[in-house]
Amino acid sequence: QENADPQRTAFLLRKQWTLYSVTPLYRFSNAHLRDYARLLSAFIAAEQQKGLAVEVGVELDTKVALSSLPDLKGSDQDQAAILVQLSLRSSASPKNSGEKLIWSGWFCCVSGDDLSENMPEDFTCLPLFLANGAESYTSIVGSWFQKTFDCCFRRLAISPLILSWMAAMWTGCQVDKTESAMELVFSVPHLPQPLDISYAIHPEDAKALWDTVQKTPGEITQEEVDVFMDCLYSHFHRHFKIHLSATKLVKVSTAIASAHCDGIIKFLQSQYLTGVLMLLTELAISQIE
Amino acid sequence: HLASSLPLPSERDHLRPRIDLIAFMIDIKSKYSLKNVKASLAHVDASFFLGKVCFLVTGVGRVNYCSVEMNAIWNLGEVYCSPVLFCEIELEGIRVATAQRLLRMLQICAGHVPGVSALSFGSLMRRSADD
Repeated sequence: QENADPQRTAFLLRKQWTLYSVTPLYRFSNAHLRDYARLLSAFIAAEQQKGLAVEVGVELDTKVALSSLPDLKGSDQDQAAILVQLSLRSSASPKNSGEKLIWSGWFCCVSGDDLSENMPEDFTCLPLFLANGAESYTSIVGSWFQKTFDCCFRRLAISPLILSWMAAMWTGCQVDKTESAMELVFSVPHLPQPLDISYAIHPEDAKALWDTVQKTPGEITQEEVDVFMDCLYSHFHRHFKIHLSATKLVKVSTAIASAHCDGIIKFLQSQYLTGVLMLLTELAISQIE
Repeated sequence: HLASSLPLPSERDHLRPRIDLIAFMIDIKSKYSLKNVKASLAHVDASFFLGKVCFLVTGVGRVNYCSVEMNAIWNLGEVYCSPVLFCEIELEGIRVATAQRLLRMLQICAGHVPGVSALSFGSLMRRSADD
């Protein structure tokens, strides 16, 4: 498993990405990225003319760039990730050479052999899509891809079960400077007013606990995840008399990454970027199938 | 009779009618409910597991709210030789259909259906679930 060059992927860190699953793209080619950028740019301009997006009255010059991120893959069979970036160049100040990046989205596939194995020639497998920026742009870019490559985008939600796995997996990862506490956020159901409980655990304590639970390094079982979470829940119950197991786990934050059940992720360590992407790719594939 | 856990309080033992069917409800959105059911199972007399127990799983409609692993539930059904039923309580149609099913099961368990015993019905349900 190649590790992505940290410098080239640093811009992906510490940003909030909304997750989508994407069905295979029909007749997509890496060689035509420039053409796609041109077509997408025209599409966006047309949509903006219709008044469907952003501000009206200001001459907007939205520049579209499509590029390939060859480092973000798990195996050689994976397609290279494709990055789409929208920048704004206001014609009010034409001399201003600076462009402001207003939206980014990238398609990727990390160890998606399950999906790509039996895929016919014309299809490109990039099941995971991550978007950062205004929802209106995500919807325009999404519609263009859907129309052009006959694919389907769907929001990817993360269940409490998967979030517990992430909590256990990421706690076990070796991080140089563990400054950030591990945080779990729970939402309490059936109350007249919504209540969220935030449970912060010192990262070293969490790692110590996980180390006593995990039997084989490099392997994690559902049982081990359950024991880990149960220990955290009973500790909380002892102090606050609240059964966290009766609430819904909605967010997990560790030094590696943070994930929210609505399908929002933040990568914090480039070292583990590919690892997290592998898990997300798996989730996306299971949503497609 | 509705109870949040077992054993039932002993004060009302003498007033209680005979129990013909126990339906354990597990909310797939709550790990706590599974733990609670597992703890309550320990208080049930072994004779009930001859067709007079079933597991009713709710909240299955929204897969992304899953806090309980399905394997754990299937395992429970296997270990206690009892059928697992699914019900989406919020949907009236399913709620009514499930209630009718439970009522039918109760009739059999209480011996009101001639020719069908709780045990034979229970094994019939389990075999069809395996298929």
